[in-house]
Amino acid sequence: MIPASFDYSAPETLSEALQLLGDEEAKVLAGGQSLIPMLKLRLAQPARLVDLDRIPDLNFIAEDNGTIRIGAMTTHHQVESSDLLAENCPLLAKTAAHIGDVQVRNRGTIGGSVAHADPAADYPAALLALEAQVKLVSASGERVVALDEFLVDALTTSLEDGEILTEVHVPVEQAGVATAYRTLIQPASGFAIVGAAVRLGVSNGNVSFVRVALTGVGSKPYRASAVEQALEGGPANAEAFAAAAAHAAEDVDVLSDIHASAAYRASLAAVQTRRALEDAAGSA
Amino acid sequence: MDISVTVNGERFERPVEPRRLLVHFLREDLGLTGTHIGCETTVCGACTVMLEGRSVKSCTVLAVQADGKEITTIEGMASNGELHAVQEAFWNEHGLQCGFCTPGMIMSVDQLLNDNPSPTKDEIRHGIEGNLCRCTGYQHIVNAVEAAAKAKAGV
Amino acid sequence: MATTTTAPKLKTHVGERIRRTEDPRLITGTACYLDDITRPGMLHAAVLRSPYAAARINSISIEDALALPGVKAVYVGKDVESVGGVPCAGSMPDLRIPNHKILAGDRVYYVGHPVAAVVATDKYIAADAIERIEVDYEPTELVSDPEEALQEGAVKVHPEYPDNVAFTFSQEGGDVEEAFRQADVIVKEKILVPRLAPLPIETRGVVAEYDEGAQELTIYSSTQIPHLLRTQLALQLNLPEHHVRVIAPEVGGGFGSKCNVWAEEALAAFVAMELKQPVKWVESRRESILVVAHGRAHVDTLELAAKNDGTLLGLKLHILCDIGAHHQLLTPIIPTLAVLMLPGLYKFRSFKADLIGAFTNRAPSDLYRGAGRPEATYVIERMVDKLAAEIGMDPAEIRFKNFPASTDFPFNSATGLQYDSGDYATAFNKALDIVDYKARRAEQEAARAEGRLYGIGISTYGEICAFGPSPATPAGGWESASVNVEATGKVAVMTGISPHGQGEETSFAQLTADALGIPMDDIVVVHGDTAKVHYGIGTFGSRGISIGGSALHLALQDVVAKATKYAAHMMGVDAETVTFEGGVFSSEATDSTLTLADVALEAHLCRQLPPGTEPGLAATRFFEPSNFAFPFGAHICVTEVDKETGEVDIQRFVAVDDCGRIINPLLVEGQIHGGIAQGLGPAFQEGVIYDDEGQLLNGTLMDYSIPKARNMPWIETDRTETPSPVNPLGTKGVGEAGTIGSLPAFVNSVVDALSPLGIEHIDIPMTSQSIWNAIHERSRT
Repeated sequence: MIPASFDYSAPETLSEALQLLGDEEAKVLAGGQSLIPMLKLRLAQPARLVDLDRIPDLNFIAEDNGTIRIGAMTTHHQVESSDLLAENCPLLAKTAAHIGDVQVRNRGTIGGSVAHADPAADYPAALLALEAQVKLVSASGERVVALDEFLVDALTTSLEDGEILTEVHVPVEQAGVATAYRTLIQPASGFAIVGAAVRLGVSNGNVSFVRVALTGVGSKPYRASAVEQALEGGPANAEAFAAAAAHAAEDVDVLSDIHASAAYRASLAAVQTRRALEDAAGSA
Repeated sequence: MDISVTVNGERFERPVEPRRLLVHFLREDLGLTGTHIGCETTVCGACTVMLEGRSVKSCTVLAVQADGKEITTIEGMASNGELHAVQEAFWNEHGLQCGFCTPGMIMSVDQLLNDNPSPTKDEIRHGIEGNLCRCTGYQHIVNAVEAAAKAKAGV
Repeated sequence: MATTTTAPKLKTHVGERIRRTEDPRLITGTACYLDDITRPGMLHAAVLRSPYAAARINSISIEDALALPGVKAVYVGKDVESVGGVPCAGSMPDLRIPNHKILAGDRVYYVGHPVAAVVATDKYIAADAIERIEVDYEPTELVSDPEEALQEGAVKVHPEYPDNVAFTFSQEGGDVEEAFRQADVIVKEKILVPRLAPLPIETRGVVAEYDEGAQELTIYSSTQIPHLLRTQLALQLNLPEHHVRVIAPEVGGGFGSKCNVWAEEALAAFVAMELKQPVKWVESRRESILVVAHGRAHVDTLELAAKNDGTLLGLKLHILCDIGAHHQLLTPIIPTLAVLMLPGLYKFRSFKADLIGAFTNRAPSDLYRGAGRPEATYVIERMVDKLAAEIGMDPAEIRFKNFPASTDFPFNSATGLQYDSGDYATAFNKALDIVDYKARRAEQEAARAEGRLYGIGISTYGEICAFGPSPATPAGGWESASVNVEATGKVAVMTGISPHGQGEETSFAQLTADALGIPMDDIVVVHGDTAKVHYGIGTFGSRGISIGGSALHLALQDVVAKATKYAAHMMGVDAETVTFEGGVFSSEATDSTLTLADVALEAHLCRQLPPGTEPGLAATRFFEPSNFAFPFGAHICVTEVDKETGEVDIQRFVAVDDCGRIINPLLVEGQIHGGIAQGLGPAFQEGVIYDDEGQLLNGTLMDYSIPKARNMPWIETDRTETPSPVNPLGTKGVGEAGTIGSLPAFVNSVVDALSPLGIEHIDIPMTSQSIWNAIHERSRT
């Protein structure tokens, strides 16, 4: 359980980091709570680590014009305990509180987690429900991409060689929208077997706004469009939630492993989605 | 690489390989063996130390990442021969048996009480979920955390 | 020398909740565990293990590894052929013990089988070098499942044993066939008890150092049995035992996994002697889960015969134990304990058990906390519940009906054991009162009316411990203790047990403080070093206080008797007139008194040695128990099952345990709590998973799940105290009780919760997935 050798750089500016990443054997270190275990198991053997921890511009939470920008090196703990987020994007703050354990949250970062693209990570459920975007910067420029496009498959993203994920963008939560996150976790790792994030607006007893996203179910976290469509404009009651939640794993190639069969996961997806809808409706 | 780290108030300068884990740096290079290694996969928490005032698992931090930073280990908890309130509470409440998880557990409890000075039993159980204990069934640890919280509050 | 001062009135220590004397070093990070040891010039070893469950080794190329700067040596099987194999203490007539060398020869038999060892100046280099060893494996056919292993035509694990049978064991009592003929009802079940990783938070490790001049080998090992290890290492390495010193430093938990003699211990010793340099090997967590002998590993088939009124008549049991590819120290013995304890707390009239140990291409299995008794208790408590359900009787009532009365003790069990003492109904009633059983049943009725799955599970368990009478214990069941009152009046206690978290430094000091009337601060309890302590057996099988403590009790009596003689001589009175209380000798024949310290100094100065008395104030005694001790208790678990997710909420957990006389209630509670965690873990989440290729699928703590704080319920403990007559302290032992008692209470509770759905049994671990499966299957049919 000892990593193979590598070189290490801890640049203090983004441009320096981008330059170092020109070496294609280099890998970004952004907290390391997923990468360092992989190094120790020698599942990853990069030639160089470029540690983003000393770039001050990457650790911030700021709001302007209805968009909250979160620097990639912002820790889960900072997200969880941010007053700005508690006020303006509570779903993200409460989701962060579910990740791993205190020590992991003190060290792990939102950029690192999103770029690692673990199919059972907690963040993507909330971020997809929030229609989050990620900012990707390279030596030749920058682009802002919807998270849905950024996530390609398990542990695979559309991040290109030489690019660094620098920010995550989420909207300030709309007035009248309540949120919830429900998970059932794999007891050893604490990762989600299924996690369901919900944003729900109800007006005159009917669903006026709904976003549902799930993690852990398939090889990639996803927006449950079928659930949203079934609810949109209809009644916000238990029957409707149950009927809509039944679509939670529709058209998804559901994962099966030693911790949960595909049938169990699919069933949990529906149950947790329904419960998250109920939680949100109850807290509105 | 040469790194400079302040551990328990004392500054140390040492050369390290980039791959050297912080826990090995503390235990072997500095001789601070109170921090233990239990699982190597960021689960058990036996290696928990404070890095810049926040608890981290030192088996999942590179020593080079700690360059220029401040660390507190279990050896730095007692001061002037006086046990820290959390240490005293673990002793009084029998919050340990084999003791192997204990240093990391104490560091996590310190973090917990810094963040939440009067946690409920449920909050305690969640606050220490990053630390495994195979001996106690956690019940006396929960008691110890409650006792430490009271002691710190001067109750 | 005689003084007239009266020693301060000292409070009684035994029976008090006294915080532990070992804790200051543990809570400050100053304790020295195995990996904290460094020796001058120390090298670091790493072990290469087989990735295959069965393969021929065609060749091993070590040149690349040796070429790495810092690598001192690489060893493969042929290099260590002179070292004796890993020992096994079984003694069945048909026991087959395959050659178990410390490194594989030309074949590997399980994933994790040690193949080569690298020794380097640094553990980072050793880890790099391991990757540079190239082994040409030729995978062969294998059998991973124990039931498959016993089928006709199965792949042979060891070609020399074509039926894969490692041993058999049978036992019978009463006329079981007659019992089954008389039965109104017969219930049957097949119950799987999966392999469990013991998982102390400190993995195994060893430091070996050889002093060539003195020809002395020193082994530091994270072990529960330093003396037994010394004897075995002396045999394996062909050294006189007096040239081997074994030290158990601070040991970070064992749970049976360190009550063994491991290949790596002899390997490290061999390397240190070869290279004339100290060497350290510390196991990784992955290695630990992979190869540290798993516990349990049973496939049990049971039939229980009873009358319609709930009277238990007879029991038939077939145990198939998956022993893996090789034996470890106690591998064949552990499942026999399950046979012996199968009748539990009940008055069975007859009994028949057959046990087969099967070779498989898996890592060896061996003892883990409870060792045989959790398996027995689990299956009998399941069967009794199943019978109660079958005949429509309350599960509490059926237990009361079949307990022996407190006046029936010593009670002879159906398997021929003599249970020493007990009052099962009182302990059970206490548990029922605490949980308010009637109220819980009423609550259950209300819950069921609402369609909720609410369960109440009972486990009334007994166990056999305080190992044990030597004829029934593989390596001797006695223990030694020495007490030395030093010239200053301070006292050193040397014990042959080797505690590693149990707290005997404290409880032995309590016994000593009361016997000698001195403060605990004046006492040191020494253990775990064969150079400091007389031969002993070690710490396992809940024996520390009962056997080691009894030896101490005898030695303390001797010391007091001798000191009394001195005191009488010093005071010039008859010894018969001298009384000793609170550390002070006094006599009705004189006004003067003496403290123990006064006497100790004189015993060392010997200015007025009493006639017929030797100098010094020390005693060494050995204790051999006349029987095992049999603790018991009742655990009750109240659960509610989430019908949709299969999650279980433990609402109440009540544990009333009787471990005989109690020296320190605080430590007893700690053992109960921790024991319960190791019973509940396997009940709801633990268990290693092997695939058909013999690969272990959950080999890290990211996948193998032991209880975290949030998984554990609040445990409501209480106790009864029925002294044991088989040792002078009246203690029984408590290290394993919680593990034994708790698991069936949880399982019975969940099955009770699910019973309205027609579910009669779910194998452990009862994960939310497996519970959901059972519910889901029922709701489909």
